[in-house]
Amino acid sequence: MTAALRFDPIRLPPECEKLRKEVRAFLADEIAAGTFDPHKPNREDADARDFSRRVGQRGWLGMTWPKKYGGHERSFLERYVVTEEMRVANAPTRRFFVADRQSGPVLLKYAPEHIKMDILPRICSGEVCFSIGMSEPNSGSDLFAAKTKATKTEGGWLINGTKIWTSSAHIADYMIAIFRTSPPTKENRRHGLTQFLVDMKTPGIEVNPIGQITGQFEFNEVVFTDAFMPDDHVLGEIDGAWKQATSELAYERSGPERFLETYYVLTELVRAVGSKPDTRSAEGIGRLVAQLHTMRRMSVSVAGMLQAGKEPVVEASIVKDIGTVWEQQLPHRVRDLAAFVDPDASNHETLEKQLSFAIKTAPKLTIQGGTTEVLRGIIARGLGLR
Amino acid sequence: MAESENIVAETAEKIFSDLADAQTINSDKRGSWKAPLWHALSEAGLPLSWVPEDCGGSGASMAEGFSVLSAAGRFAIAMPLAETMLAGWLLAQAKIPSPEGAMTIVPASPKDRIALNADGTLSGRARGVPFAKDARHIAVLAQGSAGLSIALVDAAACRIEAGLNLANDPSDIVTLENVQPVTMQPAPKQFDQRQLMLMGGVARSLQIAGALESMLEVSVRYSNERVAFEKKISKFQAVQHNLARLAGESAAALAAATSAADAIANCKSFDDEVFLEAASAKIRCSEAAEKGAAIAHQVHGAIGFTIEHILHRYTLRALAWRDDFGSESYWAVELGELVSARGADELWPLVASR
Repeated sequence: MTAALRFDPIRLPPECEKLRKEVRAFLADEIAAGTFDPHKPNREDADARDFSRRVGQRGWLGMTWPKKYGGHERSFLERYVVTEEMRVANAPTRRFFVADRQSGPVLLKYAPEHIKMDILPRICSGEVCFSIGMSEPNSGSDLFAAKTKATKTEGGWLINGTKIWTSSAHIADYMIAIFRTSPPTKENRRHGLTQFLVDMKTPGIEVNPIGQITGQFEFNEVVFTDAFMPDDHVLGEIDGAWKQATSELAYERSGPERFLETYYVLTELVRAVGSKPDTRSAEGIGRLVAQLHTMRRMSVSVAGMLQAGKEPVVEASIVKDIGTVWEQQLPHRVRDLAAFVDPDASNHETLEKQLSFAIKTAPKLTIQGGTTEVLRGIIARGLGLR
Repeated sequence: MAESENIVAETAEKIFSDLADAQTINSDKRGSWKAPLWHALSEAGLPLSWVPEDCGGSGASMAEGFSVLSAAGRFAIAMPLAETMLAGWLLAQAKIPSPEGAMTIVPASPKDRIALNADGTLSGRARGVPFAKDARHIAVLAQGSAGLSIALVDAAACRIEAGLNLANDPSDIVTLENVQPVTMQPAPKQFDQRQLMLMGGVARSLQIAGALESMLEVSVRYSNERVAFEKKISKFQAVQHNLARLAGESAAALAAATSAADAIANCKSFDDEVFLEAASAKIRCSEAAEKGAAIAHQVHGAIGFTIEHILHRYTLRALAWRDDFGSESYWAVELGELVSARGADELWPLVASR
């Protein structure tokens, strides 16, 4: 039982360190050119579309995918390095991140060849943005309660219903969504949902932005009214989406984005306390750095397992559970420690603004992409408790 | 894990499962398990794992030795195995051969200092020295006017005031008053007391991580046996989530400790990056011990609070090990000072250095 939980000390190979230097140099140039401000995590700057293309030109999208689809056949560990450097710099990755992490791999596995040839190269060049249509007004963590209906028609399916909390739907070119193609059966309540590729330009799709407590408009309500999906946009088995969902979770849940979301406040705190901190600040910073280091080691270890072709679903859930709880608490701990920082410190205002944003961001971190409760259920199953 | 590492770890596991069963030890009021276990460990050359063959040891690699400590943690071994290994390692730094029998290390806390007097004798006091009462010899790191020296000292030449840690294992005060060492050599140039403390801290981190693995196993098993409100308590979501958190703490401790051990096993010098690994391991494993032990006890209810149940063997030892070779708050201050001195923009490059 416990033998299943392993976090071997994976080290990043030398090619990763070379790549890391390239990414840092690239990001420094982008910052110098004014593409984004690394001290302002709350801004998705205007030319993120061009930034996305430039990231694609560098070969940093679809890094692990086959070359024939525009990919680069590099390792998960190399992709890991690019992801963490972008995250730490607060680079505007929203346009391409979901496609690169999640949607592309789903298409690779389940889309027909001509769709792969059409879309994957455009993800790799940073041209297209994806969203994920899972939640509905009455179906969040309980994914299999989804009701949005796909009805068979000549040559395809007609979609009716509403998705909600759909991040980036307002800027997305495509969505990968689950729709109900059959009712659940008595034996299997997970039966009856099918995964679809949705072209967001399809008539009958309306996207309504929803304001968030951070002041941003990141997620949306997406209403489908007789929106037509051609047959070749079905991804995988009809009625069998539940079989497809689980193996990808390890990719989605163990990355550096699962503990670095509020990292910037820690850097800014270190700047504010200066080179000779008092004992209280030193201890507080030391603990936070030790926790951060540990999480990164766990997360790199999972990346190593993915590279080795394993499916570390439980390990990945542990990383997301511990990582998101940590990044949620981080701004509050930094606030504690910042209470006695010299208000005339040169970055005091920056730190205050960052803290305000991070504290408002914090609640979503343990909800999005699998709640803490769902994760702990998965871990408990791995322990043989359910 | 290399194959040879497996063999050493498997040897240790085999000896522990044969001779250090938790239930047997727990009901053995006379400690009659101790002599056969120590004999078997010595026969297998494990206490002197880190001592080269030409210094009387078995010349295992650092990684192999660390894997023995992980196993010792899983069995919550209350015996000066880690201490003898560390003492042998310290002596080997100065090419001093290790004698037979149990040893311990002085100092065992970053705040204590032993002085090398002008006449070549040693003086000073070290607190919280694990198993000093059971040790035949003590490996001492001493500060002289010309730098650090490493010495082998006869335990009988020191004054030892017996004490106990949380788990009732010896944790003694060792006083040296002009003690003449058996052997003494200058320490290597780069060596300092901090390295010794970090090495001890990583040993304790591995032991804590091992104990947490066992706490998880014992707690999961119990939750699948115990029935309350007409069902197994493992079926209650509140219990499941507590155990999931315990698994997380166990995993975090394991990742931090094995990573630090790997960093030390493969490092050329104790630079900032190795310091980050070793200090983080002690900090994070100690935090995990606190959270993990609390959950393991919560799952067990009153039975886990009894002396008859084996749970305390793991929980109290994991909690006690936090105190040795610098507590988590001590290392957090050290790490925080290092990070601050390097500056804000050097934090991420340090964290992402490997």
